[in-house]
Amino acid sequence: MAELKLADYKTTVHNDWCPGCGDFGILNAIQMALSEMQIPRHKAVIFSGIGCSGKTPHFINVSGIHTLHGRVLPFAQGAKIANPDLEIIAVGGDGDGLGIGAGHFVGAGRKNVDIPYLIFNNAVYGLTKGQASPTLRLGEKTKSLVTPNTSNSVNPIALALVSGFTFIARSYSYDVKHLKDTIKRAITHKGLAFVDVLQPCPTYDDIHTREWYQGINKQETGKSMPRIYKIEETGYDGTIKDESEINEKMTKILEFSSEWGDRIPIGIFYQNELIPSYHERIAENNKEYFAKPPSHQEISDNENKPIAKIDKILDKLQIKD
Amino acid sequence: MTGVNSISWLIGGPQGSGVDSAANIFAKTCAKEGFHIFGKREFYSNIKGEHSYFTIRISDKPVNSHLEEINVLVSFDAETVFRHADKVSAGGMIIYDSSLAETVLEEVPTIDFEASNRIRKLLQDSGQSMNLNGMLEFAKSRGCMVYGLPYFEMLETIAQKMNDPKLSKISRVVNVMAISASISLLGIKKNMLINSIQEVFGSKPKLLASNIEAAEYAYSYIGTKYDTKNIKYKMTPKDALKDYLLLSGSQAAAIGKIVAGCRFQTYYPITPASDESEFLESNQIIDQVDGKSGSIVVVQTEDEIAAITMAIGASLTGVRTATATSGPGFSLMAEALGWAGMNEVPLVVTMYQRAGPSTGLPTRHEQSDLLFAINAGHGEFPKIVLASGDIEESFYDAIKAFNFAEIFQLPVIHLLDKAISSSIQTCKRFSNDLKIERGEFKNTIGRNQSEGAAGHFQRFKLDDSPISTRVPIGTENAIFWNTGDEHTEEGHISEDPENRNKMMDKRMKKLDLALEKINQDDMAICHDFDSDGKNVVVSWGSTKGAILEALEKLSEEGNKMKFVQIRLLHPFPTETVKKFLKDAKLVIDVEMNYTSQLGSLVQQNTGREIDYKIVKYNGRPMSTTELYIALKAILSGNNERRIVLDGGT
Repeated sequence: MAELKLADYKTTVHNDWCPGCGDFGILNAIQMALSEMQIPRHKAVIFSGIGCSGKTPHFINVSGIHTLHGRVLPFAQGAKIANPDLEIIAVGGDGDGLGIGAGHFVGAGRKNVDIPYLIFNNAVYGLTKGQASPTLRLGEKTKSLVTPNTSNSVNPIALALVSGFTFIARSYSYDVKHLKDTIKRAITHKGLAFVDVLQPCPTYDDIHTREWYQGINKQETGKSMPRIYKIEETGYDGTIKDESEINEKMTKILEFSSEWGDRIPIGIFYQNELIPSYHERIAENNKEYFAKPPSHQEISDNENKPIAKIDKILDKLQIKD
Repeated sequence: MTGVNSISWLIGGPQGSGVDSAANIFAKTCAKEGFHIFGKREFYSNIKGEHSYFTIRISDKPVNSHLEEINVLVSFDAETVFRHADKVSAGGMIIYDSSLAETVLEEVPTIDFEASNRIRKLLQDSGQSMNLNGMLEFAKSRGCMVYGLPYFEMLETIAQKMNDPKLSKISRVVNVMAISASISLLGIKKNMLINSIQEVFGSKPKLLASNIEAAEYAYSYIGTKYDTKNIKYKMTPKDALKDYLLLSGSQAAAIGKIVAGCRFQTYYPITPASDESEFLESNQIIDQVDGKSGSIVVVQTEDEIAAITMAIGASLTGVRTATATSGPGFSLMAEALGWAGMNEVPLVVTMYQRAGPSTGLPTRHEQSDLLFAINAGHGEFPKIVLASGDIEESFYDAIKAFNFAEIFQLPVIHLLDKAISSSIQTCKRFSNDLKIERGEFKNTIGRNQSEGAAGHFQRFKLDDSPISTRVPIGTENAIFWNTGDEHTEEGHISEDPENRNKMMDKRMKKLDLALEKINQDDMAICHDFDSDGKNVVVSWGSTKGAILEALEKLSEEGNKMKFVQIRLLHPFPTETVKKFLKDAKLVIDVEMNYTSQLGSLVQQNTGREIDYKIVKYNGRPMSTTELYIALKAILSGNNERRIVLDGGT
């Protein structure tokens, strides 16, 4: 088969995100990851929630399922459990995944279905004109808020960890290479992978701007001091190779997760493939699951008659004299 | 209605004391003797201790509902006698624990205040003492026979016989002793009881031995202690039922799903829907006629929103998919139902109704979600709502539901209810001669068959037919999109007004198509259509059994009536129903809800006024007895236009 180029993963659908939106970087990174991995276009399916991030699938030239607000994870898990051969990527916003969809975030962690999930995290509800999202910190006042935020923020990394995600990473939408590499790792990870993508909203978030992340306004030295740093560069490796490492690593991840402000860590905090995926758990009771998942099953013969044979079930219920 | 070879039997006891298993053993025993069975289960929203009971009708003819009257009351606690003894017929029998005779009404903590007041009044009015003896005396004064069994003394004897002193402390076998005594009184042979016990406890040798010993002992105890010659309700054995099943509605629906090819089911635990999913999970490996095996994946989700959205996600991969729930769960599913409608996704939602609103009476019966099911979801989109009338229909309709979902590419709501799901009945063994119809579903698409821009697949192609070719996501040459937004033929967001109209027309026309294509018998059935009866009962769902039996009795008395059972509730089969109601003198609507929801639909769609409404909403299924009385009142010129039934304990 001819090699697929980056352009092959782009649609001609008009992109109506605001100029300068961090989402463009994420879109490019997903397309680059798909192209570098040469994932056949028909095999990949992008599932999304609702909001600006929800439009992502329409711009990627693979099948796309734009679902409901907060529900991207159960939709995507259903498809992946029914057909594990698909390369499913779930994307959504911070309000989508950590507000209205928070229950599914926790539920998905418990299942560990083999999909990557990217949250486009910009601390505001953009498409409804800038309300506070679950990742906006208490007391912060972005420009369309009437009063400073009265709710505290959720910690996505810590929540993912305690919910049971087996791959937890953070990246930044303006570092497309880092993001693309992180997405590739998330796709190849066996199990549920969470990537928290920091993504400035140039229209509604006047606090966490691109300049803020770059540290342009930091006063101490008079010159830019980027807030973001890469944990890999500090020698950290989040891979769990043995169960005995888990406790120590979890403590470290919680430390990373609470770092914010002057120093914001990005990179792969955690990867644990020792935990069986949901698919492997199904296969324990259903030996042929991987060979014949739900989507691959024959249900009728050439004459459209059902091929299920229920004699054994009926015999048990039959009245015997 | 009661006569020789047709009785109404009831066993009660605290939840968790083996009432259900005892009732099932009794039902099996009678079915083995050649009798038809209908059994109804009542229980509290409670794990242990509250009063539960199981009513079983046994007859030499098929039986479809319960009666108010009880002919045999089987108990091993005081509460069962307090609550049910007043319903035992003259000549009927009460089996009770003789050591509890002095139990005072107030001492039974699980008898709630309201019930306690009713019982106290009954005892006061009849001049009886406020204890179990008083209740038994009251029953005797009405011609009942009472049979006391000293269960614990009997247990001690059995323990000695089996040389197992621990046994005397195991009250578990008391339920079997109680049913065995009733079987002895009814004159049913002991060996069928022993066979049934063997079927139930066959895999647990110790339990099997003690239960058989207990059954044997109680059976002969009755014979030696009591004179059983003049018993009114003696059962004469019949020829064995050939090729009959004894099963519940949730089992029937689950087996229907297996035959239908449902290979993915989601659920969140809820009464009375979970039984179905648990049955499917227990039977997840599926035998096939080609000698290979298939399987169904059953997923328990974090909530009902996840249940339906996960099911939709799975359906997109081409698998036949369902979720099962009850009213509270269905409320949470409404938004996603619209997404499935918008994206033309085949999906079956099996909805086991229970008494609402809110948590309502969580373990009790009602049919109050009809209009909700029809109208669930914001905006307008096509869906099909189908209601089964009994356990057998639940099986065949489960298969039809999947066919409709795929033929018309939309969500189908299969309405069942608590009465169907938890009742048991003898049914003819299910036929396998059925069709799987998948409509425009294709597994492959040729390279040049995708006509959209850049070779994309037009999943929502605007064509003469509202049904487009459907392929699973992941199909080569068939990249497409879905979105809850209004969309183009490829599935991209579009707010264009012309496209909007075309797409709305495409989707909504499926309702007309459904009315064209669905068989008349799946829309509505007119029972006794050929009779010259001019008065017509209309209803839907599980009231069918009580209606058929009440009408049969009325017919025997010379009052012939027709019964229009509406099975397709949405889209409404207006022409069929109009035809059935054309010459009706009186139209009587019978439903288990407050507002006569079907009545409104009939009136709205056919223009025919409903003359009389019979409704019930106390959480207990309609009995043949009370329905017969209400219909009789209407036929004798009763002027009440709305009759509220209140039977049940």
